[in-house]
Amino acid sequence: MARPNDDRPVPVPSHLPAPLGHTRGPERRFVHQRGVEMRREGVLVLADGAVFEGELAGAAVDVATGELIFNTALSGYQEIITDPSYAGQMITFTYPHIGNYGVNRHDDESRRPFCQGIVVRDLAPRASNWRAEGDLDAFLGERGVPAITGIDTRRLTRHLRDTGVMPGAFGAEETAVCAAAERATGTDGLDLVAGVTVDEPYTVGDPDAPFRVVAYDYGIKTTILRHLASAGCVIEVVPASTPAADVIARDPDGVFLSNGPGDPAAVAGAADIVAALIGELPLFGICLGHQIMGLALGAETTKLAFGHHGANHPVRNEATGRVEITSQNHNYVVQADTVGGGADVTHVNLNDGTVEGLRVRGVPAFSVQHHPEAAPGPHDAAYLFGEFTELMTAVGAG
Amino acid sequence: MPKRTDIETILLIGSGPIVIGQACEFDYSGTQACRVLRDEGYRVVLVNSNPATIMTDPEFADATYVEPLDVASLRRIIERERPDVLLPTLGGQTALNLAVALHDAGVLDEFDIELIGASVEAIHTAEDRSRFKAAMQEIGLGVADSGLAATLDEAMTVADEVGYPLIVRPSFILGGSGTGIAHGPDEMAAIAADGLAASPVSEILIERSVVGWKEYELEVMRDHADNVVVVCSIENFDPMGVHTGDSITVAPAQTLTDVEYQRMRDAAFACIRRIGVDTGGSNIQFALNPADGEMLVIEMNPRVSRSSALASKATGFPIAKIAARLAVGYRLDEIVNDITRVTPASFEPTIDYVVTKVPRWAFEKLPGAVDVLGTQMQSVGEVMAIGRVFAESLQKALRSLESGRVGFEPGDPSVKALSTDDLVRRAAVPTADRLFALAEAFERDVSVERLHEVTGIDPWFLDQLARIITERRDLAALGFDAMSRRDWRRAKRMGFGDEQLGGLWGVDADDVRSARLAEGVAVTYKTVDTCAAEFEARTPYHYGTYEDTDEVAPLERPAVVILGSGPNRIGQGVEFDYCCVHAAFALSDAGYETVMINCNPETVSTDYDTSDRLFFEPLSLEEVRNVCDALTSRGELAGVVVALGGQTPLKLAGALEAAGIPIAGTSPASIDLAEDREQFNALCDRLDIAQPPGGTAVDAPGARAVAEVIGYPVLVRPSYVLGGRAMQIVYTADELDAAMAELATAGSLGREGGLSAERPALVDRFLEDAIEVDVDALRDCAGEVLIGGVMEHIEEAGVHSGDSACAIPPPSLPAGVVSTIAALTRAVAEGLDVCGLLNVQFAVKGDEIFIIEANPRASRTVPFVSKATGVPLAKIGARVMLGATLAELRDDGLIPEPAGGGHVAVKEAVLPFNRFPNVDTLLGPEMRSTGEVMGIDTTFGLAFAKSQAGAGAALPQAGTVFLSLAARDRPGGLAVARRFMELGFAIAATVGTADALTAAGIPVGQVVAKVGETVGTDAVELISSGKVDLVVNTPRGRGPRADGRHIRRAALTQGLPCLTTVAAARAAAAGIAEASASEPAVRSLQEYHR
Ligand SMILES: Nc1ncnc2c1ncn2[C@@H]1O[C@H](COP(=O)(O)OP(=O)(O)O)[C@@H](O)[C@H]1O
Ligand SMILES: Nc1ncnc2c1ncn2[C@@H]1O[C@H](COP(=O)(O)OP(=O)(O)O)[C@@H](O)[C@H]1O
Ligand SMILES: [Mg+2]
Ligand SMILES: [Mg+2]
Repeated sequence: MARPNDDRPVPVPSHLPAPLGHTRGPERRFVHQRGVEMRREGVLVLADGAVFEGELAGAAVDVATGELIFNTALSGYQEIITDPSYAGQMITFTYPHIGNYGVNRHDDESRRPFCQGIVVRDLAPRASNWRAEGDLDAFLGERGVPAITGIDTRRLTRHLRDTGVMPGAFGAEETAVCAAAERATGTDGLDLVAGVTVDEPYTVGDPDAPFRVVAYDYGIKTTILRHLASAGCVIEVVPASTPAADVIARDPDGVFLSNGPGDPAAVAGAADIVAALIGELPLFGICLGHQIMGLALGAETTKLAFGHHGANHPVRNEATGRVEITSQNHNYVVQADTVGGGADVTHVNLNDGTVEGLRVRGVPAFSVQHHPEAAPGPHDAAYLFGEFTELMTAVGAG
Repeated sequence: MPKRTDIETILLIGSGPIVIGQACEFDYSGTQACRVLRDEGYRVVLVNSNPATIMTDPEFADATYVEPLDVASLRRIIERERPDVLLPTLGGQTALNLAVALHDAGVLDEFDIELIGASVEAIHTAEDRSRFKAAMQEIGLGVADSGLAATLDEAMTVADEVGYPLIVRPSFILGGSGTGIAHGPDEMAAIAADGLAASPVSEILIERSVVGWKEYELEVMRDHADNVVVVCSIENFDPMGVHTGDSITVAPAQTLTDVEYQRMRDAAFACIRRIGVDTGGSNIQFALNPADGEMLVIEMNPRVSRSSALASKATGFPIAKIAARLAVGYRLDEIVNDITRVTPASFEPTIDYVVTKVPRWAFEKLPGAVDVLGTQMQSVGEVMAIGRVFAESLQKALRSLESGRVGFEPGDPSVKALSTDDLVRRAAVPTADRLFALAEAFERDVSVERLHEVTGIDPWFLDQLARIITERRDLAALGFDAMSRRDWRRAKRMGFGDEQLGGLWGVDADDVRSARLAEGVAVTYKTVDTCAAEFEARTPYHYGTYEDTDEVAPLERPAVVILGSGPNRIGQGVEFDYCCVHAAFALSDAGYETVMINCNPETVSTDYDTSDRLFFEPLSLEEVRNVCDALTSRGELAGVVVALGGQTPLKLAGALEAAGIPIAGTSPASIDLAEDREQFNALCDRLDIAQPPGGTAVDAPGARAVAEVIGYPVLVRPSYVLGGRAMQIVYTADELDAAMAELATAGSLGREGGLSAERPALVDRFLEDAIEVDVDALRDCAGEVLIGGVMEHIEEAGVHSGDSACAIPPPSLPAGVVSTIAALTRAVAEGLDVCGLLNVQFAVKGDEIFIIEANPRASRTVPFVSKATGVPLAKIGARVMLGATLAELRDDGLIPEPAGGGHVAVKEAVLPFNRFPNVDTLLGPEMRSTGEVMGIDTTFGLAFAKSQAGAGAALPQAGTVFLSLAARDRPGGLAVARRFMELGFAIAATVGTADALTAAGIPVGQVVAKVGETVGTDAVELISSGKVDLVVNTPRGRGPRADGRHIRRAALTQGLPCLTTVAAARAAAAGIAEASASEPAVRSLQEYHR
């Protein structure tokens, strides 16, 4: 019984990459120095000039740049690295050992990583797990993700906590890195969704499933598709810019608004499209999808100092009073005082009181800021997929 | 819902004496619970038989009962205190079992007491292994299939049903004898036969064996609103088959994908909900098949456990404190996270470091014990270390153990000579020293794959170990002079200690330190904050590592560093933690910033709110110096307290002083004076105090020369050890040679340097039939001495003071002797120029008084004396060490008058023999007890009887006494036998003893043969038949004291009180007489101290 199912119930989208080989990346970045095998030295420089020493790993690039954030999850690095929501960002892992259990084909969250790089304290030299098909360093090399290891990631995290997220760069050449860090811009105001959404619609799941759902791909995670499918949906994934009319024309039972990267206000046309769908079809949004729904309802979004990125955030379900431990990954939030009378706040973050869920009054539409699909993270909020199908059932019956 | 207002009084049960499997982690949980429950305004009634605990300090509860943990005493306490509820989940298995017993006996119903935390039903479902398995299967979780068998045929049938390999565990056995793993029917037949024979009830549990699978634990908390969180995941380095208490364990889990981890989390939640633990913490153990991820639930503890103490220290999430709040009605989201002070406790801690726990065993003190680890826990203590990476935390943990090891090093004498194949075979067997066999194997380039195959240890861990060895080799090749900043940083970040590095290059540790500091590679302190720095931490709970930046805040007031006592071990346990914690409280009150350094996760001292700052670090010179330097650069360091943590910190005093660090209290020179035999002899001569004649020697001829002068028997022992370590009574010259040879090489003593001119062996005349007396005293810098307590031992000198019972006030010593002893103690205090605590041991033989030793530090008995008299010796001692005078403290009202003469307190030792079937139970000069209990009552006899009941062997009120006495004990023994006869006991005896008794006119009801003699029933058969109620067996003759061990072992197996000295038998007779003459009564310490 209870064995991790490597053959999960849902077919994986066809455009996912082929399984990983066991081979290491072409350019191993070890040098021999006085008899001691070491990685190449590198530096990480923040836009404010702070310098961190480390060693380079992963994909070989001269300089990697991006907005630095930190994620506090203890496990699930592969899911995080392949989550399109990290587009434009360099991910600092606060847990020091990253790569211990390797990588496998089942834990990818999208067709490729979109993050700009990863920053770790200790990149595992050897992977060990029965599910592993390769090691993380090689995976990063193959998938083009540069990495810097050996960093005092706690210092970096405290720095980002105090200053807020900021751009930075890493690489071998200090002067080049400093220059890049100075030039680097953040993600504010950038439409990062355009870079991660699919070009063409595709369908996932059992064609005979009871519910037909159109999912806006702002950077959708594979596990969300799996959850929708096992809740009884066949999912038509469409590009972020698909007009509302096209969706209505497809006559689905409901519409799903996915997670995705960056600033919700910068996603061209999204809020207007969603505004046109609210009231027309049952809606469920997660993360960026939730923020876009908020914008569509006339609320405002703001950027948090360093966001929420981790797998331990307590959220209270206002209807039941129960606390759910949730997976989170966002820098922007729907501002509570701008929500207005059109919607109720259904979930609240217990750490900082931010809005974690909305339900539109009188209309079948709801959304959450956190990730009920987890991957990585706890399954406490997974019931929300069931609520979505219940909503579609109720609307269908009514 | 906020807290319950329908509760006024809460009864809390502690875990009793420290035993293997139940150590001071329950003092930690109980103390936390007492504190929060009183803060919440409840009246707390606490019961615990263990006087060495902090929780039994009268200030932690409204009424504190140091009484035996049995239904009878609990009933009496309940009758007096009328608690509304009983909280049973914070006192280990003892409290849980007692709560169930109180329920079964109808006491809870009779007094209308509600059980909070866990219901009887939940406890039963979790504790009854077959009910538990059924419950888990019901919710779809996997368990190891099993069945019980009472005959060989049944066993074979069950085995076929369960399938091979399987593990056989006899029911109700001592110490894992008869346990085995069978791979097929042939093996099964043999193992099952052994197992059935080993079980006193002829029953074995046959279970599918998953030896070699990965073992995990999750610490889970639940509130009454069904909010559940995981506080911590723990991965065992040693795979299934080695008890988690004996495994090296690591937090968080290292080798689980998130998919697997979340599946385990879901299973844990399902488990806690099914079992129905209403509120509080539970510990759930899992086994995972490394080949395909199949997961089994092994067991659940529906209470706070050893692992929850570890998880609390590992994450900063105080499980016991929160469990106590949840039990009185709070929800997790209504409780604030102490560390961030802005976020709620309803979250899952995340950490940015690696925590490694390494157990500490005591096999060297238990001759005959087999040093192989299995499914029964055998370790007596543990250390935890925090590092940013596994290698660092492991190496720090190894330094913390104080077993003479500087890190993860090859070349251990125990394995160095083995061929590589033998080495690999050795590594395959889990033992206390397996890690060092692995080190040697990696040094010889044995592959990770090969070692994984034989050990089952995850390749990730093995690879980490291999890397330490590779790095070590690289560093050696590089050489001290070539070390660049980057090299130093890499080495320190892997946890190499300065001494370890010095050893690689033959360079003094001090020079290593200077060289790396010159390169700018200095320690940095990070903070344990529950959140991986996402929020600001308000609690200065630090660990050292080698990173860019440091988080230690400037000092606001003069700081005092208190050095803790490291891992629990036989001879150094919770008593010393009590002293350190008291010092922290007293010095905080006096306006100092208190800074604790310790590495034992079970303790109260390593709770982040015991001191103003906590550094969770090894108590090695390097690490202690680092902390002192860090403080000195941030303000004023008033002093380092080395005298409260036992021998561990005392050993550092000289070197710390040499490094310019101020030592509080008695100077290192005085410490040396007390430890150095020659200097101490000279002092005693000057003070005209008699010592047993003796001398020192570094080799066997030297020892013989001493013995010839002083005469046999002699006592041989090393200097600078605690707990009578390696001490032997020697009757002949040949035995003396053997003893000296052992001292020079034996185990960790050998590693610590063996014998040398600086550390000679001491050879003393052994005083036979002397009464041993212990004194705890205090002297201030102005020269005033306070005698804390004079304790008379029940067993004669020669039984280690830690293993013998003792009483305050002395039951038999004449007043004149007591006052002479007090005067001698004052003289010694003066002579040693003590500033702080002092413990002196005497032996009284007739009218002669000999001094055995003087320790200018807190002793094991300080908490006992404080509980007996109400005088907080450790607190006063701490203040005195920092310069306060007794007069000042008295003026401030900090020195109460000792409690009046209306009561007697008896301390009794608790021994671990039930875990070690092959070890003789006879007491001797090497201490072997793990813990102690106290009996307190109005007379010596009553107090003694309570102490025996508390120690788990209640004295019978009637029945048969079995006597088997050594010839020399017969004169004294006759009087005792007569006393038992008068009390209405029937008497049974072995032949020789029976003859002596009959000759003296004492009727012997049954005479039995000595063991193994063929005619008639022998002693063991008689005892095993259940017809005996009390055993008195003193060792025969003067030779090796092995005779009679079968008798003592049989008594232990039967759970009978077994007294091995005439003095103890006399005390027992007094206790029985008084207990039958008066109605037993209970009183709280607060009442006794009034
Ligand atoms: N079926 C089994 N096969 C192999 N090892 C086992 C099995 N069950 C338990 N063990 C080992 O025995 C240890 C003790 O078992 P456990 O059920 O946890 O008892 P305890 O109550 O003493 O903790 C475990 O930590 C595990 O290593
Ligand atoms: N000369 C002696 N004669 C008889 N017993 C002794 C003598 N010296 C020590 N002992 C016994 O040995 C025990 C341990 O000796 P001690 O010097 O107190 O060592 P430790 O420092 O380990 O406590 C004492 O408690 C006492 O019972
Ligand atoms: Mg267990
Ligand atoms: Mg002693």
